[in-house]
Amino acid sequence: MTGKERTKRFLLGALIPVAVLVVWQLAVVNGLVSRQLFPPPTSIFRDFYDMLMSGELPHHLGISVLRAMIGFFVGGGLGLLIGLGSGLYKRAEQVLDPTIQMLRTVPLLAITPLFILWFGFGELSKILLIAMGAFFPLYVNAFLGVRNVDSKLFDVARVLEFSRFHQLTKVVLPAAMPNILLGVRLSLSTAWLCLVVAELMGADQGIGYLIQDARSYMRTGVVFVGIVIFAVVGKLTDSLVRLLESRLLQWRDSYRG
Amino acid sequence: MTATALEISHLNKTFRTADTSTHVLDDIHLSLKKQEFVSIIGPSGCGKSTLLKIAAGLDIDYEGQVQLNGADVKGPSKEKGFIFQEHRLFPWATVEKNIAADLSLKNDEVRHKVDEMIELVRLKGFEKAYPKQLSGGMSQRVAIARALLRSPQVLLLDEPFGALDAFTRNHMQESLLDIWRQNQTSMLLVTHDIDEAIFLSNRIVVMDARPGRIKAVIPVDLTYPRNRVGVPFQQLRTQVLGALNHVEAEDVSYEI
Repeated sequence: MTGKERTKRFLLGALIPVAVLVVWQLAVVNGLVSRQLFPPPTSIFRDFYDMLMSGELPHHLGISVLRAMIGFFVGGGLGLLIGLGSGLYKRAEQVLDPTIQMLRTVPLLAITPLFILWFGFGELSKILLIAMGAFFPLYVNAFLGVRNVDSKLFDVARVLEFSRFHQLTKVVLPAAMPNILLGVRLSLSTAWLCLVVAELMGADQGIGYLIQDARSYMRTGVVFVGIVIFAVVGKLTDSLVRLLESRLLQWRDSYRG
Repeated sequence: MTATALEISHLNKTFRTADTSTHVLDDIHLSLKKQEFVSIIGPSGCGKSTLLKIAAGLDIDYEGQVQLNGADVKGPSKEKGFIFQEHRLFPWATVEKNIAADLSLKNDEVRHKVDEMIELVRLKGFEKAYPKQLSGGMSQRVAIARALLRSPQVLLLDEPFGALDAFTRNHMQESLLDIWRQNQTSMLLVTHDIDEAIFLSNRIVVMDARPGRIKAVIPVDLTYPRNRVGVPFQQLRTQVLGALNHVEAEDVSYEI
């Protein structure tokens, strides 16, 4: 892609957000909407700047990111391992899959109160909630990835006498990689979503706490800052995985639109 | 050229489903000498691919005996290189990594052998290419290199050039001869192309369908490289066609 093409693509993508911001700012300045409920973008930006400079924002963001990461690695890691296991072994699938599919249909919001009852308002309940959210997408996609491996390539592995270990590392994992990375993307976004739920339910630190706290003092600008931070960090992590995808999956020969 | 590499004797194979059983291979005897090139030709459904899969150890549900260098074939192994109809390369690995497969290119000896193979199949400059960037003929050459790197006792080829266009196919046949001359591996090729069989092999095995049995074995005593348009080539072609037609003439149960 040339530099010019890149700029054009960026401008096209920025068209709608910029238009929304301009209309918003004009509407507030002209008194068409309440300043209390819709602080103008410039004032939100000032709130953001103040919180950044005071160190308040980096502190809470750091706590939130740490929670999301721990939850993601615990839940996503387990999902990946168990998904690969059930994909590889029919027996494991028969034992585990029905239970996991049943648990998967339980809405996370519905069990949050239980988690709080069992584990209190502390870190454990939050991380467990995030881990549970991150588990399923990786489980489902890792399982699917293994089952999508072309059985003809297994014949090749047999003829070339691959060890069991090499069958896994040289055939199953690379073939399942597109699904696994998709699972990572979905797990990360679910982890981020569960983080919001966990922090809004009750926390004394983190971006969710910041939003909750600002709401009770009617500091609408800060609420907006929190929301934007959630969106930006979510988008950044997604872009990171997509970068990983383009690196690891450059061998793929599929339609690119 | 006297020692036997592959020995198939009293081979019978029946496909069984719940209510039918089809006798696909009937009392096959076939031996492949060391450094010999043998082609198996026959109508579709004559069980020639099944025969090759049995020789490879990919199919072990049969009666009879299959031996490689005097030892029973119990399953697939590197000693019996197998080239499938499609190249079956790993799409996520570059040419050199496909050839190395489960071996590490960081090992100097492997690196050296892989480079040798790339030279042999004439793919220099494509070491780092992915399979999606290769033509059908090039992909099949990578598959051959992958099998030959493991120094097989015999290379089994299942209609390897069937999906290629006529020009590429001729070119691939020449490269295969070149590889065979340099590498001296015994070759067993299944094909439905008469010219291909005559151009490449020392002997041609003609098979009959339903049940699959060996109808004729035609020796090809022409010097390499063979002239595809020469008179002896044409005579052999008539001979093979005759054997094949004799096979087909018996099958008159057509219904319109």
